[in-house]
Amino acid sequence: MTEHLTNLTLKIWRQPSPDVEGHFESYRIDSISEEASFLELLDVLNERLITEGREPVTFDHDCREGICGSCSLMIDGQAHGPQKGTATCQLHMRKFHSGQEIVVEPWRATAFPVIKDLMVDRSAFDRIIESGGFITAPTGGAPDANLTLIPKVVADSAMDAAECIGCGACVAACPNGAANLFTAAKVSHLNLLPQGQPERFSRVEAMVETMEQYFGSCTNHGECEAACPKSISIDFIALMNKDYLRAKFANRKELSRT
Amino acid sequence: MSVTLDAKIPAGPIEDKWDSYKNDVKLVNPNNKRRFKIIVVGTGLAGASAAATLAELGYQVDAFTFHDSPRRAHSIAAQGGINAAKNYRGDGDSIHRLFYDTVKGGDFRSREANVHRLAQVSVDIIDQMVAQGVPFAREYGGLLDNRSFGGAQVSRTFYARGQTGQQLLLGAYQQLARQIGLGGVRLFNRVELVDTVVIDGRCSGIVTRDLMTGEFQSHAAHAVVLATGGYGNVFFLSTNAMACNVTAAWRAHQRGAYFANPCYTQIHPTCIPQADDTQSKLTLMSESLRNDGRVWVPKDQDDRRPADQIPEDARDYYLERLYPSYGNLAPRDIASRAAKRAVDTGRGVGPLKNGVYLDFSAAIERVGFDTVWERYSNLFEMYERITGENPTKVPMRIYPASHYTMGGLWVDYELMTTVPGLYCAGEANFSDHGANRLGASALMQGLADGYFVLPYTIGNYLAPLLGKPMPEIDHPEFRAAEASAAQRFKGYLDIGGTRSPDWFHRELGKIIWDYCGMERTQQGLEKALSELPALYAEFQKDLRVTGDGTSMNQTLEKAGRVDDFFQLGMLMCRDALERNESCGGHFRAEYQDDEGEAKRDDEHFAHVAAWEWTGDPMKATRNVEQLEFEAVHLATRSYK
Repeated sequence: MTEHLTNLTLKIWRQPSPDVEGHFESYRIDSISEEASFLELLDVLNERLITEGREPVTFDHDCREGICGSCSLMIDGQAHGPQKGTATCQLHMRKFHSGQEIVVEPWRATAFPVIKDLMVDRSAFDRIIESGGFITAPTGGAPDANLTLIPKVVADSAMDAAECIGCGACVAACPNGAANLFTAAKVSHLNLLPQGQPERFSRVEAMVETMEQYFGSCTNHGECEAACPKSISIDFIALMNKDYLRAKFANRKELSRT
Repeated sequence: MSVTLDAKIPAGPIEDKWDSYKNDVKLVNPNNKRRFKIIVVGTGLAGASAAATLAELGYQVDAFTFHDSPRRAHSIAAQGGINAAKNYRGDGDSIHRLFYDTVKGGDFRSREANVHRLAQVSVDIIDQMVAQGVPFAREYGGLLDNRSFGGAQVSRTFYARGQTGQQLLLGAYQQLARQIGLGGVRLFNRVELVDTVVIDGRCSGIVTRDLMTGEFQSHAAHAVVLATGGYGNVFFLSTNAMACNVTAAWRAHQRGAYFANPCYTQIHPTCIPQADDTQSKLTLMSESLRNDGRVWVPKDQDDRRPADQIPEDARDYYLERLYPSYGNLAPRDIASRAAKRAVDTGRGVGPLKNGVYLDFSAAIERVGFDTVWERYSNLFEMYERITGENPTKVPMRIYPASHYTMGGLWVDYELMTTVPGLYCAGEANFSDHGANRLGASALMQGLADGYFVLPYTIGNYLAPLLGKPMPEIDHPEFRAAEASAAQRFKGYLDIGGTRSPDWFHRELGKIIWDYCGMERTQQGLEKALSELPALYAEFQKDLRVTGDGTSMNQTLEKAGRVDDFFQLGMLMCRDALERNESCGGHFRAEYQDDEGEAKRDDEHFAHVAAWEWTGDPMKATRNVEQLEFEAVHLATRSYK
């Protein structure tokens, strides 16, 4: 038989719209199965609120498999809650205990304004990608896939970076609201690969400078890595910084030629 | 009156059809492409790749997603891999073999010409994705690695750990982002399609609802592409993401696009069984696990011992026993039904006896823990997060769940629906997988449609329209569509009943799962068709949507989607009832052989059922596209 947690109190951030001040509201949950996910706990609460004619809690969520990066809850002050390497949707109630009070907030960062309740606007991430987070390879002209040999260790490192789900936990956890882990993961994925070399330096320069328009600065706290549901390493930030510095020389040299 | 559908399949031998089509197709001069506006709805693999490629060609593209970012589309959750007939293993693969496997896997209910084109362009997809920087798994020498998947006897699946869908979607999204940055694509995010607009017999645009403000808006275009995914969430519990829905396809259906084979739904054999009543979705465990996992249940239904205490001779490795040549890699529909039979005969495992084991101990013994861990670590970790059990110590428990829908909007060879100018790509259309889709073929089809098919076929439609004016958004048809959508959403708010959209969705899902799930009967379907209209009437009377229509309101969004699921659910059951045979994912208990295998009826049902809207899903008209098999021989599908 499945065990149940009883007597939980949820203290949830409620904010009707971006320009209205928000506040905490408390809700009691009498009983919930330990097999339920944290989002299913919110489903149960919302179902009850709707039946009572009250507005349910708004939150982003979609795949509930830890891969789409939609879910974005600050649970007891930790991005995605207490379980390491886990997005909110895969956090289960067995990680909590009966009688607990749980505080639920949206991501807190200047670059991620609140839309409603626990939902925030993360489109600044898209602006970073649009500025250079790609390899220019129009459809149709690609050479045979096995023409470029990629050492396994290079492909594996690129994949380690590419696993980023773009959830924004790194930004939410950072005391400065910096997006360096996100940007570094995206830069490194492409800059490590042979296909990414032609645009390596223009890419890093454009992405870092777009990032700086929206986000705070990195001061090496390392909170981002601890909060990342994919455990992406801050080593990638070092890699990005190195490439950015080199880009300042490389891109200058290119300019002097023209 | 039913009509006969013309799929516009090019003449000639199957190997030459696509090339001869491309040679004959009408082209739009590069300078004229910018005079054409194309709307792409959905930004998954099919939508993002189509939008990016069409913009690269020079068309003006407007792309729409209801997510905050295009990168969140559900293609991202595909785990196992993508098929391509590269034959990098030298194990006998070829375009013809991938073509044949796909037609056979679909139980001879797909359109040959489309499938052959899919197999042809599969090789280009891998080249394209590698060029874009998708970090596919590599061998130590730097060449691409492959794995094998169900329904194939070759290794043709390319993969990026257990996150192939994520990596491919990020690749397509990055191409799309590049075009957004360059101004080739205008992106509309957190916006949902609520209607399509047809003027003078051509699709002329769409009406959307802004999810942040509730505002209804018209968008005009020369052509519209729907790449809006499948309808597996009609079952409520499925492996689809929470927001996946049928609305775009269904609204297009109501405007004249035929809906084909809605009863062809895929129940995936390897999902984590339901744990309790609060469950909101089911999680897939990639089929690739069946490369190394052995499926079994205890022979004795009263055997309650923990798995490691059940000796070999008390276990039934039923897939290996029943299908020796494919074993644990039998196709999805066959593996699913076998699991259902095991559970139905009381031999299920786990606290609710609602699963079967997928056991990795033999693989760990054979190739070592580290190798197995490297192959599946992210899946093992995901399983442990959800169930609290470590699958390298205790066998995984799995059970089938709704996963993919082969049915969808009817399209011709050019991926155009029955509405001129309205195209449909990816899972949302019906064309390539017949009655059952093989593993690692969904990603292949989405990218084939978006990168390599639509960019050719849309030009063929647009070329003759050069210089002809396009309807403006103040045309009465747009105004009327906006008004009727606004009325519909206001209606949900005004009911003021007592039950949430989720409550109705759950009840709907139970009916569909029980009577139109893994096994269907005439009696059950008739029962569903009597219960569904009654529940739908209650939905229209007793729905409760809180809040208002002028700000973010997820309950209101859900109400609209559940409404459309109800109507689709009725059509699904009607389609299943009319198809008096068993094929692929459509298993009618009345039509099976002595060993419980599906019995097709090629004489009467070697056709596509394409349903025409008449104002009521219970009274839709069934039209037929006869399937002609020239290159493959209709045979009984055997995996023994």
